[in-house]
Order: sequence, then structure tokens, then C-alpha cells
Amino acid sequence: MTPLLYLLAIQAADPEVIDRIPSGYSHFVIPFTVGITFMLCWIGVGCVRLLAAIPKADRIKFWKSLLIPKTIVKNLRDLFGDCLFHVKIWMRKPLLGYMHSAIAFGWFMLIVLGHIEVALFVPARLNVTRGGLFYPIFYRYFVWVNPGHTTLRGSFFFFLMDFFLLYVLSGIALAVFKRFRSIVLGMRHTTKPSLADRIALYSLWLIFPLRLLAESFTADLSGGSFLTVGVNHFWHFLFGDKLWFTPCWWAYSICLGLFFAAMPFSRYMHILTEVLWILLRNAGIQPNHPRKGVAEAEIYACSSCGLCLDACPMNVQKKNLKYSSVYFIRFLRRHNEKKINAIADKCLMCDKCHALCPVGVDAPALRRAQRATVNDTLPYDYSYLPLAVPGSILAGETTATLGTLRGGTGASLGDASGGAERSEAVERPKVLPGTVSNNKVLYFAGCMTHLTPRIIKSVEKVFKEAGVEYEFADRDGGICCGRPLMLAGKAEAASKVIEANKKLIEGSGCGTLVLSCPICYKIFKEEYHLEGIKVVHYTQFINELIASGKLKVEKSEKKIVYHDPCELGRGCGVYFEPRAALDQVGTLVKAAKEYDESVCCGGSLGSLTLDTRDRAKISESSLENLLAGDPETIVTACPLCLKTFSEAVSNSRLPIKNVAVKDFAEVFCR
Amino acid sequence: MVDFGFGLVPSSRINLDLFDREKYEKLVAMEPDAKICMACGSCTAVCTAGQFTPTSLREAIEDVFNAKDDKALEALKACQLCGKCSMVCPRGINTRHLILSITKVYSKK
Repeated sequence: MTPLLYLLAIQAADPEVIDRIPSGYSHFVIPFTVGITFMLCWIGVGCVRLLAAIPKADRIKFWKSLLIPKTIVKNLRDLFGDCLFHVKIWMRKPLLGYMHSAIAFGWFMLIVLGHIEVALFVPARLNVTRGGLFYPIFYRYFVWVNPGHTTLRGSFFFFLMDFFLLYVLSGIALAVFKRFRSIVLGMRHTTKPSLADRIALYSLWLIFPLRLLAESFTADLSGGSFLTVGVNHFWHFLFGDKLWFTPCWWAYSICLGLFFAAMPFSRYMHILTEVLWILLRNAGIQPNHPRKGVAEAEIYACSSCGLCLDACPMNVQKKNLKYSSVYFIRFLRRHNEKKINAIADKCLMCDKCHALCPVGVDAPALRRAQRATVNDTLPYDYSYLPLAVPGSILAGETTATLGTLRGGTGASLGDASGGAERSEAVERPKVLPGTVSNNKVLYFAGCMTHLTPRIIKSVEKVFKEAGVEYEFADRDGGICCGRPLMLAGKAEAASKVIEANKKLIEGSGCGTLVLSCPICYKIFKEEYHLEGIKVVHYTQFINELIASGKLKVEKSEKKIVYHDPCELGRGCGVYFEPRAALDQVGTLVKAAKEYDESVCCGGSLGSLTLDTRDRAKISESSLENLLAGDPETIVTACPLCLKTFSEAVSNSRLPIKNVAVKDFAEVFCR
Repeated sequence: MVDFGFGLVPSSRINLDLFDREKYEKLVAMEPDAKICMACGSCTAVCTAGQFTPTSLREAIEDVFNAKDDKALEALKACQLCGKCSMVCPRGINTRHLILSITKVYSKK
């Protein structure tokens, strides 16, 4: 790039352009200058405040990340891909992607090229004291082309400026059209703009037509290319020889000023905050508060584009639109505590809005942090946990200690015999330290799998068929994995449960831990930090068994559709193993939305306040999504999804009573 | 008091004058499902924490009605929010939120 610029910078003998106003100033720049100065001060102070609110260790991590070559490459790729070209939107909705990238990339190029022009032709004006703040923006107002001295280089820039202006204008035209018929651009719902959003939005719409107007009015004096000169001829045809161009430049400047002044209070702050958020995101810094530090960057990086509205499974009902991530973030910005909590508690935590967000705003994580501010201090008493898991206790003590533990509060339960029976049950999980050798497999079913015993039965059958030596960690009931507590925002309580379970798993001495519940799988993988133990979901394990030939399967013509459970797909990125395995036993058909776009079944434990009727509506739409390929069997790999879909099929008004809902393991046992 | 020749054990005595309507209405506003429980006890039957401690949502709801707030909290303190109860509830009560709401409304902290 540099040599090219160098070549371009060789000055012609006579100046190509004449700096027609010696002072380099005219009154019309005031609105713009005031607006942009205000905005720059605001963002400067905001950046310092934001970085100060990040814990010191994270801040050091952030600065260091800016020096790591791998992160630098990723940063550059993401900055161009996410902020300017909007690659993620392009890939899903080309027309919408074109609209966003036309405005973002086009405007960016107009600013950059404008500055290059000034640097080439009137370099002194780049100095801030000589008008560097506004001069490159209103360059065409301040200069005359020197007739007879225009070069190819000058014309080239004229062409580029006109080209990118046209490019932005096409984007703006689409944006205006989208306000009225968003469905054409692939959006069923769009965000309802707030007052500041409206001011900024309408001035943004006006900025570029006014720029065209202003530049075309002066095009015969200051030069231009196909667009501005063409329009200029038209003005001359209409208004005669003399054109009053100053009012146009005033209007252009006022619009810009208005836009920048409204920017900090509107969604358009994302244009600049996005950059900071992408850098923080790539540095791997997690928000620990729903409002301060990293979270603030995240909140301001949201462009309110509204893609999460269509993504949200709750929005099958229009009344639930207000619980979408975009509004959650808006209320976080406004510190509207009551609404924030209501929205945070409603969400299913299916993570789809996060997966589809063009800038990767992790709204579910913010919701979790918000729930923690309310629920983390709630009282609980888990003193019984160490006694509940056998890995940590000596067999003889169990009954006695649990007996005394129950003694205090057991009165309300009434009969002593029931108590004694239960104490025995505690003793039963027979995974004692060192009894399982390293190549052995430990199977942990989890709470929800115990509610759907058909899963346990078929998993055990598959294990026997494949000759897997395994131990059942919680055959007679264990304790929860901690993920539901985590989702409810009770992180401290969750850590107690995790600690107790960890003792059980590590005490068993197994080499592989197999889980049949994606909820357990996610937290075992992310929070347990089990040294030397391979944590796999049973879809992965069974796929491995088939691949290694241990499990024999027969291909059939049966049409199967696979439902991606939220926690397994979007949560842990397991999409291909279950499909690869299912492909061996049947013919996989496609659902309408798959992989990271799959629709939550509605049974998720993530939501705290969503009631049964709303959940049923979600199940219905999720079921319809799966039936797109006319399958005979719906297969899922999560006990919650299994239960929800079984009920949804039997309650459905569609003629689908012959569609079977099966668990993943059930498909493989004969 | 008239001596009937027998008395109530203090722990099982119900004094409905102690019933705090304000708190109860707050609870219902938070989770309307609090009203529709029919005390079948399915939640208690499947309870994960119930294997080890006398945890019972059914009892907690009853205790709330009987103005025994402390006992209600006692019956829920070991809950791990695993959600099994919500899956088996024949009334479709959002049990996890009900548990959180009872703890929020009635805890002394």
C-alpha cells in the first residue's frame, strides 16, 4: 500500500486544487464540529471509565492480548469482518448484509478517502489547529479544482468518492425500505426505535442524500465524477447558471451534528464501541457484572439490529417480543432495574441470540450475571452434600451422620422408618475410591435422566452390546450437577454442588466420564476441571463405539430428524457426532432450522418465569420446525427435549400421531 | 383457656392470626402458580435433595398457608433447583421460580 501512496503523492508542477478560503473555515461547520466534539469527549471519558471498572488482572490481560500475534490477526479479521463487512449477516441474509455493509463500509471508505485526498492535495489542512477536524469532511466546499491541471490521480479519487457515495445511498435506500417492509430483507420483526434512536436514525438517513446535494451543487467548481457532476448538470438545467450552494452545506452540517450529538444516547454508539468490545472479547475477558466493565462495552456494542428478535424461540407469541435480548440490553443501558429483572428471568437461555448476533454480544451471560445480583445471596444449606456423595465418606459413618442430620428437621416428615430407608439409599452408589481402573467408563445419568428411565435402560443396553466396562455413578440417585443453580444465578451454591460431585468423580478413578444429559455435560466440561478424565456426551461416545466397530448397527430407510439440544449444540458445539452416528442407522432428513439455528424445545431449565402455556406454544413451533422434512422419527439427545417433544406430539393437533420421539441411545439398541 | 384434658404440641400448632397477607400477596404477584398447588406431593417424591434431607415443596407451600414461614424456608433450604419437580407437576406449576420466590419473600435476610 505504501509505495502506491508514495507514487500518488508526487506533486504536479501546478497545484491541482486551490484552497479557495485562506482561513479554512466557514460558519456552516459549527453544528458538525460541536456535535462531533461532544461525541468524542463522551466516548473518551466513557472508555477511561470502562477500563477503570475492569478488574486489574483482566486489564493487564487485555493490554497483553493486544501484543499477541495470533490475537492481533483475529482482531483485524473480526474488526473488518464484523464491523465493516458484516460477514455474519451476509451469510444468513445477503440483502440485509448488503444493507449493513453498504452503510458501514461505504461510510468508512468515504471518511478514509476524504482524508487521503486532503493529505495528497492540501496536506497542511490535516493539522487540527488548521481545521483538521472538519476540513476533510467538507473538503469539496473549501477547494476549487484548478482547470486544466486535473490529473488521472485526481479523477481517480473523484470517481472513488462518487462510487462509495452511491454505494452508501443504495444501503440507505434499502434501510428506508426496510422500515416499511422488513420481511423482504428477511426480518419478520424489527426493533422499535427509542426517541434518541429515531433522531439519530432520521438524521442518518438524511446525511447522505444531503451530502450528494451539497457536493453536486459545488461539483462544477470543486470537481466530481459521474454522480455529482451528473446531478450538477441537472441543477444547472433547473436553476440556471448561479447555484446557491451554502444552504445545502449548512443542512448537511446540521444533520451530521445532530447525528453525532444524538449518537451517545442512541443505538448508533455501537459504531465505535463495537471496536472496543471486539478487542475485549478476543482477549477472552468475561463480564462479572451485568452493567459494569466489560458488560458496559458489550451493552454499547449492541446495534439494536433486531436479528435476535426473530431468533428468540419465545417470540412465537408476539407478547414475548419485549423479552428479547435487544430490549434487555436497552433497559440495561437505561438502568431500568424492574424491567431488567423481568426480562432476565424470562429467558430460556437457549443461547440462539448469542450465536446469531453479528457482533457476538453474549446476552445470556449478561442475564446470568443479572440473575446473580438478585439470587446469589439467597439462603441455602448444603451441609448434607459431603455426606450425600459416597466418594468422600467412609461407609460406616454414613447412616449415623445422616441420621443426626435428619434428626433436627426430620420431625415434620413424621415416620422414622421412611427416614431409615432413605439413609440406606444414600449408601448405595457403590463407586468407591480406586475400584474403577483408568480405562473404565463412568456413567453419570443426572437428575433429568432419572425422570426418563428409558434413556438409562437403552444406554445400559448399548454399553452391554458394545462390551463397554462401566460403572453407574448415580444408579440410585445422585445430586444435581449444578448447572440449573448456575442458570438461576446462584453461583456460590452451584460451586458447593460442583465440589461434592467432583469428589465423587475423581474418587472413582475412571478415565472417561459419559453423560447423557447436555445440561450436565456443559457444566462438567466447563466448570469441573477434571484432571485426566475425558468428559464425553453419550452421542460422542456412541459415535466412537460405532466408528471403532465395537457397536454393530444396521442401516435402514427410516427417515430420522435430529433435534440439536441447546446446551449440546450451541452450548458445547457438538453438532456432527450425533449426526454421523444417526447416519449409520437411518436416513437423516433436514429440519427447517438446524445446527446453531435450531429452535429450543421450550422445556429448558434456563427460564425462571416462563409458564407452562407459553412453553407449550414454543414446543409446538419447535415441533413444526422439525417436521419440515416429513420424518418418521424425531431423535434428540436430551432428557428434557425428549419429554417435551413426547408431550408435544401427543398434544399436537397435526396428524402426526405416528411420528415417534426417541432418545439417541434408543435408536441404537436392538 | 378451657382445659380439654389434652393440648397441642407447640410445633404443630397453627395460629392463622400470624398469617402475613401482605407477604403472601407479594409471593403471588411474583409467582401466580403459588395458588394452584393441590398438594399431590409429586414434587417431593422425585426431589433430588429429598433423598438426603426432608426437602419438600408441598410442605413449604402448606407451611406458608399455615403461617409457619420458618418451617417453609427450612423445607426448601437444601433445594438444588434441579427442576425435576417442574417436570412432574400435574398442575404445571413453575416450581423452580416458586421456590426462589418463597425464599426471596420469606427469608429474614
